[in-house]
Amino acid sequence: MLEAMMTALATVASGTHLLYLVGGVLLGLAVGIFPGLGGIVGLSLCLPFLYGMDPISALAMLVGLVAVIPTSDTFTSVLMGIPGSSASQATVLDGFPLAKKGHAARALGAAFTASLFGGLFGAIVLTVFVLIARPVILAFGSAELFMLAVLGLSMVGVLAGNSLTKGLSACGIGLLLGSIGGAPATGEFRMSMDVPYLMDGLKLVIVGLGIFAIPEIIDLARQNRAISKSASLGSGWLDGAKDMIRHKWLCVRCAIAGCLVGALPGLGGSVVDWIAYGHAVQSSKDKSQYGKGDIRGVLAPESANNAKEGGGLIPTLLFGIPGSGSMAVFIGGMILIGMEPGPALVGAELNITYTIVWSLALANVVGAGLCLFLSPAVARLTTIPYSYLAPFMITIICFAAFQATRDLNDLLALLGVSLLGIGMKRFGWPRPAFLIGFVLSGTAETYLYQSVQFYDWGFLTRPGVLIIGALIVLSLWVSMRKKPENPVEHEEEEISHATNLKPQAIFAGVVVLFFAFGLLDATSQSFLGGVFSGSVSAVMLAFSSIVFYKLATNKVDDPVNYDHEHVGDHVGMEDVQSISHYLFWFVSFIAGIALVGFLPALFVFMTTYLRTKAKASWVRIAILVACTLGGLTALAHIMVLDFPRGYLQYLIELPWPIG
Amino acid sequence: MVPKTLKKFSMMLAGVAGAMTIASAIEAADFSGQRIEWIVPFKEGGGSDRWARFYAPLLSEALPGNPVVVVKNVPGGGSTKGANQFAMRAKPDGLQILGTSGSTQFPYLLGDKRVRYDYKDWNVVLASATGGVFYVNPELGVKSAKDITKLRGQSLKYGSQGATSLDLIPLLSLKMLDIDVKAIFGMKGRGAGRLAFERGEVNVDYQTSTGYLKKSLPLVEEGKAIPLMSWGALNENGDVVRDPTFPDLPSFPEVYEMVHGKKPSGEAWDAWKAFFTAGFPGQKMVFLPKGTPQDIIDTYTEAFKKVVTAPDFAQKAEMTLGTYPQSTGAQATKVKDVAINVSKAAQNYVRDWLTEAYNVKF
Repeated sequence: MLEAMMTALATVASGTHLLYLVGGVLLGLAVGIFPGLGGIVGLSLCLPFLYGMDPISALAMLVGLVAVIPTSDTFTSVLMGIPGSSASQATVLDGFPLAKKGHAARALGAAFTASLFGGLFGAIVLTVFVLIARPVILAFGSAELFMLAVLGLSMVGVLAGNSLTKGLSACGIGLLLGSIGGAPATGEFRMSMDVPYLMDGLKLVIVGLGIFAIPEIIDLARQNRAISKSASLGSGWLDGAKDMIRHKWLCVRCAIAGCLVGALPGLGGSVVDWIAYGHAVQSSKDKSQYGKGDIRGVLAPESANNAKEGGGLIPTLLFGIPGSGSMAVFIGGMILIGMEPGPALVGAELNITYTIVWSLALANVVGAGLCLFLSPAVARLTTIPYSYLAPFMITIICFAAFQATRDLNDLLALLGVSLLGIGMKRFGWPRPAFLIGFVLSGTAETYLYQSVQFYDWGFLTRPGVLIIGALIVLSLWVSMRKKPENPVEHEEEEISHATNLKPQAIFAGVVVLFFAFGLLDATSQSFLGGVFSGSVSAVMLAFSSIVFYKLATNKVDDPVNYDHEHVGDHVGMEDVQSISHYLFWFVSFIAGIALVGFLPALFVFMTTYLRTKAKASWVRIAILVACTLGGLTALAHIMVLDFPRGYLQYLIELPWPIG
Repeated sequence: MVPKTLKKFSMMLAGVAGAMTIASAIEAADFSGQRIEWIVPFKEGGGSDRWARFYAPLLSEALPGNPVVVVKNVPGGGSTKGANQFAMRAKPDGLQILGTSGSTQFPYLLGDKRVRYDYKDWNVVLASATGGVFYVNPELGVKSAKDITKLRGQSLKYGSQGATSLDLIPLLSLKMLDIDVKAIFGMKGRGAGRLAFERGEVNVDYQTSTGYLKKSLPLVEEGKAIPLMSWGALNENGDVVRDPTFPDLPSFPEVYEMVHGKKPSGEAWDAWKAFFTAGFPGQKMVFLPKGTPQDIIDTYTEAFKKVVTAPDFAQKAEMTLGTYPQSTGAQATKVKDVAINVSKAAQNYVRDWLTEAYNVKF
């Protein structure tokens, strides 16, 4: 083992290895900055070059690339409120409010130091853990994985906000939306209404963008100011680093969680940041600032998601079972360069494993360092007037959403989810609770079904299940115990309550109808195919009905009452356009795509928006639009993709890229 | 009625066109400066993606004019989406090719309503084979295929991706041997099934050849798994024979004969053979779209022939493709024909069985 370590160390420290590693890191940073692209695209971009390369250099490049994607995706999460990848959705919750307050540089500083710490911590843990990982992974059967999913769901308690019934209903919407498509037990298509697109289920990237990014964009566009409230960017990245040191134990706990969840095949990387975020909230004495710009809300998910990549290598290397989409491509890359994942990697080929693990650590250092270096400059983005930024952000989001399945329907799905997100934001339905439900829906159902099939209900008495069960109770107890918080804040919110509850009641009514639809749909399935979505619908029908009843009967003082239109930042500002005004812009853009295809619609959209909203000069518009279209076309050519087609392309044949 | 002169004229035109195709057939198509899109109806990182990315640079070298060959992933609908798109949009100019897999073939054979492509329209230029091995937990007390009937009456569990996936073959095989097995669905891949086997959550499993050799064989050597049979391989005449990669394991038809005392026949066997061929000997195929001129087909056939007969090919391919035959030309067409021609009766047999046993709706 020592020998393997020395060989690995010599390899990692060699010049060519470093060179390729840095190459991979640079590519990873470039790709990771684009929301929706992430590891899968990055790895597939470099796969063609791997062929014929010296295996160790190729491996360095692959690892460098994988390691830094959860680092660089933080930029858009913090600066624009667009989740850079599914692993940094939770970062948006507090990172973006910090940027809005003018603390972008500090938030980025904290995020990157936490990423660095998580990445290094992950590598250290891995060095030891890889030797004992096999029995540990084998001990986590479907029953234990199910319990871990429940542990994740128990975080809803702390993320529910003021009204628990509303929080649970929000989580229920997530669970039910997540169960659209093929049932894990029978393959029956649920709630798909014979639409092929829905048969595959909704994609997480689209849900994240629609729930978080679009509502924020519309909110900011209405206020028409720069993202950052203050023109100066305030405290710098060093403060962020200090924050990380101040909360080091939180980072340690989250990094451990990240490592563990990443190492278990089957949970998926997108849960990690939510578990970490929930943990940060539940373990804090003062919870009042979460969601409004608490630095701990940035530190927790960021230290977890970089540690996760290290953990994710374990099932990938030892069992050849990828823990995430990017790990799947990583395996593909390994095989192309002539390495086969398998038990040998902890035996005769242990030095390769250590080379990978330490390259990962090194890549994290290089990546986080570069990001820190860049962040003061990039943070300036938050001082640009929003009327200039908005069309670009809409473009980026549509492009990211379209990566999900490369179909026009991705954009329609984005529109649908955005409507839900806008409603949830306006009426105070906790979006984190919703997303936890969505992320864990498939996992919880699949493993519950499999556990019952494998062990009958006796699975509940397995030792692992009991231990995790105790953790769940502990987690619930901790979050309940600290529930009463900051009474002043509470008072304030109560005063600003809306008095006209009709819009809220209508939204709640739609939610009730959605659960009713879920229940109806479940009755048309076989028992195993419908039992999960049916039970969720039935329970949630009750909760959401309570919410609806309170709103419909005008219970103004109840915590379910919340309307952003009465408490938001824009209240009292002059010339504020309604939500529907900006929604109209967005809908027109998507309708335009459906009509004439992506690029032509984008051309019209950007030109009109920049002219009417930003009042930009024609020269400036021409430059901005040309750069955007040119950049996108180049990207599409490299990535081998066609843009969404519209009715026009259906009628006549047009040359690529507009055809 | 068409006037005679016009008829003559059109016949003349047809003649000229015919002569032109013959002329161009002599001259192979040239792809200099072109970009060829290899459509893979699956996600990046999967088996089909890996296979295509392995072949892409080799194909680029072998095609006249050395065009760039890029892989374009169009996942969705269990691979029907990419295949549908190809059927609808690809032009017969040789610049778009489709790489299918068993998961594209099965919905077609089953008459899935999402399928809007017809294999009969397409021209096959490469068929990559694989095999599969079925193995069990030693605690079941079965030492070899000879006492496979001992599995009857025992509680067998199998971790599956879905009854209409490639898992159809192990499930159908066990049914034809009158062995009851409980399929537990929702596995994310064969790797997940093997992990469940290692954990002891399921007690029977199958892996495709590469997966078996790399990851299950160590289990066999540790005494944690006992291989009982391979599915078999297809010979030049289109008959199912013993898989040469596993000469010591009987093929499924042999085991069937051991159990039932006669060679397999009838609807069940017809269905088994078509699905087996579509899933294993013809697991991955490369197609040119409908109406592709013969010269382009020939160019591709020649290029693939050049790739797979290159002296260092076997060594290069071992890691990604295993040691299975990569057939081109007439042999590839033979595989395709066996794989996609399933009689109505055999198709109904499988559909009825899937509906009855696994509640699959068509």
